[in-house]
Amino acid sequence: MSVADIGQFMNFNSLPKTIAVGMPCAYISATKNADRQTTRTNREGKAAPMADDIILEARGLSKEFKGFIAVKEVNLQVRRGTIHALIGPNGAGKSTVFNLLTKFLTPTRGQILYKGRDITAMKPADVALLGMVRSFQISAVFPHLSVLENVRVALQRPRGTSFHFWKPEASLYDLHDRAEELIEAVNLTPWAGHTAAELPYGRKRALEIATTLALDPEVMLLDEPLAGMGHEDIEGTAALIKRVSADRTILMVEHNLSVVAHLSDTITVLRRGEILAEGAYDVVSRNPQVMEAYMGTGEVGHA
Amino acid sequence: MATQSKTTSIKTAGVKTADTQTTTIALRRPGQDTARNTIILGIGLLIALAAPFVLYPVFVMKVLCFALFACAFNLLIGFAGLLSFGHAAFFGGAAYITAHSAKVWGLGPEISILLGMGFSALLGLAFGSLAIRRQGIYFAMITLALSQMVFFMALQLKFTGGEDGIQAVPRGHLFGVIDLSNSLSMYYFVLAVFLIGFAVVWRAVHSPFGQVLKAIRENEPRAVSLGYRTERYKLLAFVLSASLAGLAGGTKALVFQLASLTDVTWQMSGEVVLMTLLGGMGTLLGPVVGAAIVVTLESYLAATSMPVPVVIGAIFVVCVLVFRRGIVGELQARFGRR
Repeated sequence: MSVADIGQFMNFNSLPKTIAVGMPCAYISATKNADRQTTRTNREGKAAPMADDIILEARGLSKEFKGFIAVKEVNLQVRRGTIHALIGPNGAGKSTVFNLLTKFLTPTRGQILYKGRDITAMKPADVALLGMVRSFQISAVFPHLSVLENVRVALQRPRGTSFHFWKPEASLYDLHDRAEELIEAVNLTPWAGHTAAELPYGRKRALEIATTLALDPEVMLLDEPLAGMGHEDIEGTAALIKRVSADRTILMVEHNLSVVAHLSDTITVLRRGEILAEGAYDVVSRNPQVMEAYMGTGEVGHA
Repeated sequence: MATQSKTTSIKTAGVKTADTQTTTIALRRPGQDTARNTIILGIGLLIALAAPFVLYPVFVMKVLCFALFACAFNLLIGFAGLLSFGHAAFFGGAAYITAHSAKVWGLGPEISILLGMGFSALLGLAFGSLAIRRQGIYFAMITLALSQMVFFMALQLKFTGGEDGIQAVPRGHLFGVIDLSNSLSMYYFVLAVFLIGFAVVWRAVHSPFGQVLKAIRENEPRAVSLGYRTERYKLLAFVLSASLAGLAGGTKALVFQLASLTDVTWQMSGEVVLMTLLGGMGTLLGPVVGAAIVVTLESYLAATSMPVPVVIGAIFVVCVLVFRRGIVGELQARFGRR
C-alpha cells in the first residue's frame, strides 16, 4: 500500500503528468466474505427493465492516506449506456476514484454499488468477473507476450480452462480469429506478431483497449485512454471508444478536453477530491468554478 | 463491434493491407521453432541414452535429479516470477519420505517416490498458501523460514535419523519386476522419471494455465483487472513446482540410497537458485544445463584441492555480470528465438 500512497502523494503535488503514478503496485485485499457470493453475470441483466438505470454508484466515497484526504465524500452516479467522463486538474483524485471503484484501493468510508449490489468489500478480480473492467493510467500490457497473446489472455478467461496445465497451447488457437478481429479494430494488425514491449506508447494504449474489449465488459473504466497518443491515433481511438460504447457503459478519466466534450454524455469535474460540478459539457464548461479551477492550472489549453 | 472496424482505419489502412498476410502467417508460428526444438531435444535424448556407457552412471543420475529439481524451481521463478528460497524443504522432505517408505515400510520404488512427491505437494500447498500473500523479498523470506522449520524437524524427529540420515535405502524392484540395484536399470528408470517431469513442466508452460502465469509474471495488476484471481494461479504453480521438486528428491534418495540433512539445508535451496540462474531462468533447457554444470564442477573440484564454493561463487558472479540471461537465455537471445 505504501507505494500507492506515495504515488497518490506525488499526484497531488502536481508533478508533470507523465510521472504522476496512479497505478497501485499491490492491490489491497478486501475482506473475504464477498468472495463466495460471486457469480458470473451475463449481459442479460440489461434486457430486464431495471427500476433505475444507474449501473454504477458511489455513495459518500472517501479515501484518506494517513490523514491526507485524497477523495472526499464523492457521490457519483453512472447511467447505463452512457459515456461518463471524470475530469479535473492534476491531483484532483480522479485516479484514486478509479482505483476505489474497481477495488484496487479500499475506501476509508462510503459505499460502491454496481447494478444495485454492494461491491464495497469485493476483491478486484471479482469486480472484473462481474463485468466491470478497467484500464490503467500507465499502459498496462504484458510486455513479453505478443500482441496476439495479450488479447488472447483476456479471451481465454471466460473459457474456464485457465487452470488446465495439462492442455496444449493449441487448445487456444481457435481464439485467434476473434483476437485478430479485436486487433484489427484498434489498427494493430501489422503488429500482431510483435511483442507488446516493441510497440510505441500510443500503440500500447490501443492494445490495452483491445484487451479490455476482449472481455466484452458491461462497464469499461478507461484511465486516460488517449494520453501519450499522437494526433492520428487520438482520432481513431476516440472513434473506437464511441463505437464500442454503443452496447456498454464507459467511465473515463481524460485530460483531452476537446475529446471529452465530443464524446461524453455526462462530465463530472473533481477538484481536491471533491465534486465541483456535474452535467453535460455545455453546462459544466460554463460553470465559473470549473473555469477558475482549470484556468488556475492552465489545463484548458490541452485540446 | 469488430465487424464495423473497417470504418475507423482510414489512416493506417495502407500499412495494414500490406502487412496483414505476412503477420497472419507468422502468428500461427510453431513452424521452424518446433523443428529446431525437436532437433535439440532429440540430440539431448540421444546423449542421455548413451551417457551411462561413457560416464559413471551414478554421476549422470545425480545430474538428472538436480536437473529435474532445477526445472521444478524454474517453473516458479521463470514462469510465475516467484523466488522461493525454500525449495530444499520439498526436495529433502520427499527424500526422507521416500527413503522411509522404501526402507521401513518395504514399499516398491515407484510407490515410495509417489509418496514422497505427495508429501511435497501437501507441504507445497501449506507453504504456498502462506507465502503467496506476500511478494518479492517477503515471499522469499517466508519460504526460507518455513523450510528452516522443516530442517529442524528433520534434525529432531526420530524417523529421519538426525545427523545420520536414513542410510542403506533399498532401491527395490520397479513394479516388482525390474531389479533397480543394477545401475543401468536404475539409470534408465531415473531418465524416465526425469523425462516425465520435464514433459510436465513443458506442458504446463505451454498450456492455457502457462499463458495466465506468464501474464501474471509480466503485469499482475493488469491480470487482476482482467478478472484473474492471481493468488490461485500462483498457488497452483507453487504446488506443481513443489511436487516436481519432491519427485526429484525422492528419486535422488533411491539413487544414493540415502536421505540426509544435506538435502534440506538452505544451501540446497541456494544451489537450485544458482543452477537455474546460471542456465537461464525462464528457458526450458536452462535449468538442465545449469544443473549439469554445477554438479559436474562439484564432482570434479571435490577431487582437487580447490575450494568448491569459491569457484562456483566466482562463476556465479561472472554469470551475473556478463551473461545475465544465463547460458541458454543468452544463446536464445543471440540466435533469435521467435
